[in-house]
Amino acid sequence: MASTTEDKPSLGERLQKSMQGLPDTVQGSQAWNSIFRPGSIFRKGYTDSPRNRSYVVMNSVLYHLHPVKVKRHAVKVSYTLCLGGLSFFLFILLTVTGIFLMFFYRPTAAQAWDDIYNLQTGVTFGLLVRNMHRWAAHLMVLSVFLHMARVFYHGAYKPPREFNWVIGVILLTLTLLLSFTGYLLPWDQLALWAVAVGTNMMGYTPVFGDQVRFVLLGGVEIGSDTLIRWYVLHVLMLPFVIVIFMAIHFWRVRKDGGISGPL
Amino acid sequence: MTEIPEHLRKRAEEARKKAEAESAPAGDAAGAEQTPEQSEAESRIPAHLLERSKAAKAKAAGGDAAAASGGGGGTAVATAPAAAAAVADGGPLPTGPGGHTQRLLTVVKAGSIQDVRATPLDKVHTWPHLLVVEFVAALAVTAFLLFFSIFVNAPLLELANFNETPNPSKAPWYFLGLQELLTMFHPMVAGVTIPGMGMFALMLAPYTDRNPSNKPTDRKYVISLMTMFLMFWAVLVIIGSFFRGPGFNFVFPWNAGLFFEL
Repeated sequence: MASTTEDKPSLGERLQKSMQGLPDTVQGSQAWNSIFRPGSIFRKGYTDSPRNRSYVVMNSVLYHLHPVKVKRHAVKVSYTLCLGGLSFFLFILLTVTGIFLMFFYRPTAAQAWDDIYNLQTGVTFGLLVRNMHRWAAHLMVLSVFLHMARVFYHGAYKPPREFNWVIGVILLTLTLLLSFTGYLLPWDQLALWAVAVGTNMMGYTPVFGDQVRFVLLGGVEIGSDTLIRWYVLHVLMLPFVIVIFMAIHFWRVRKDGGISGPL
Repeated sequence: MTEIPEHLRKRAEEARKKAEAESAPAGDAAGAEQTPEQSEAESRIPAHLLERSKAAKAKAAGGDAAAASGGGGGTAVATAPAAAAAVADGGPLPTGPGGHTQRLLTVVKAGSIQDVRATPLDKVHTWPHLLVVEFVAALAVTAFLLFFSIFVNAPLLELANFNETPNPSKAPWYFLGLQELLTMFHPMVAGVTIPGMGMFALMLAPYTDRNPSNKPTDRKYVISLMTMFLMFWAVLVIIGSFFRGPGFNFVFPWNAGLFFEL
């Protein structure tokens, strides 16, 4: 009896043995290899060779964003301060948190404030996600602005990057508009009167002032129609437009020879 | 008329003159009738190279002939007579003026025609050098936002009420510079004209700044202009945010308190 127990591995041992082989089994499976293309760091037998370093970018979706190689000075944090990349990252973070918020929000004057209040008090992580959305929005305005200043001081708007600078100014405007349209949505006193001040100013546009105000407010004064209008602008239209301009912006960065040279 | 590079035209003229000077004593343009031996002597191709190419040609021809006649063992006996025979038979006839099959027309140096701007760049692999930096930066910002959001709550004031105007009512902080301008100018100027012109001027920056240098020392004027522009806005935003109290009157935050919500 003693010998048989020694020959037969216990359940724990067998489990341990199969667990040891699991990474190899998974990494060798067809499903795994169909997801990660050759050269991926998640593939079996990845080694740190120049060829694989190239493949990591070339054989992944990253190739849409980055070339295989970049100028050495371009990876210096002290040159770019990561501001452009962080602006993009904040946009992604804002999209993720924003989608979460959309599940709990109805853009009507009767329900908007209550929904936000319930989100903060009754939804798991609701308050945290709303906080993150709010602070990320302010941070994005700041980082886009600082990115513009950085680019200006490096003279990076000069040929051949003139047009990308123009795109960048458009992106700054869109960022401000995105932030401003989101400002109204909580439908509290802060939102209402901040937007009242802002739209009153736009009402002074020469010639078309009243029309501009009417279009922005969806009426002669702020109300439920304004809320649905700004909601659609905030969650759909402006993000759509800014994504298109971002695509052009990033594409131009590469086409114009990567980020601007060392000073 | 197509443009011929200056140096090429000069070289062609020199060559033409030289050719005329050489053919004049001979009486006529008899270059084609010269014997191969004569022209070989005049050739610019160094003698040892010419010798080598001849030998190679002979060997190749000889090898072919031997392979055709004797099979596999023939290559070793590709001797001079066979080679000579092969040349006499069907080798390429030296038809050019120097006795060669090709003639060198001109040598175009790459540097004079191509604009070689691409000096070798000091480059590194995106993975891991750039991607790691980006990943760490993204993580750091996420961590910062997460901690900040845990401790600082976004404002949610009481329900919007049209009958109760808060005093002061302020725009979002990034528009407070404009609201500050409202205290000085007509609303059309402060709210539309100045920001509109500002954005337009900003967009035109690359087209109005014709200075090609990106060195800070060459750009003192533009840099000081932009710095003044940015400082102007920053100061306006700071005044509008912290130094404006009830009725949008100027107050000191350390006396009157803060009238600012993010």
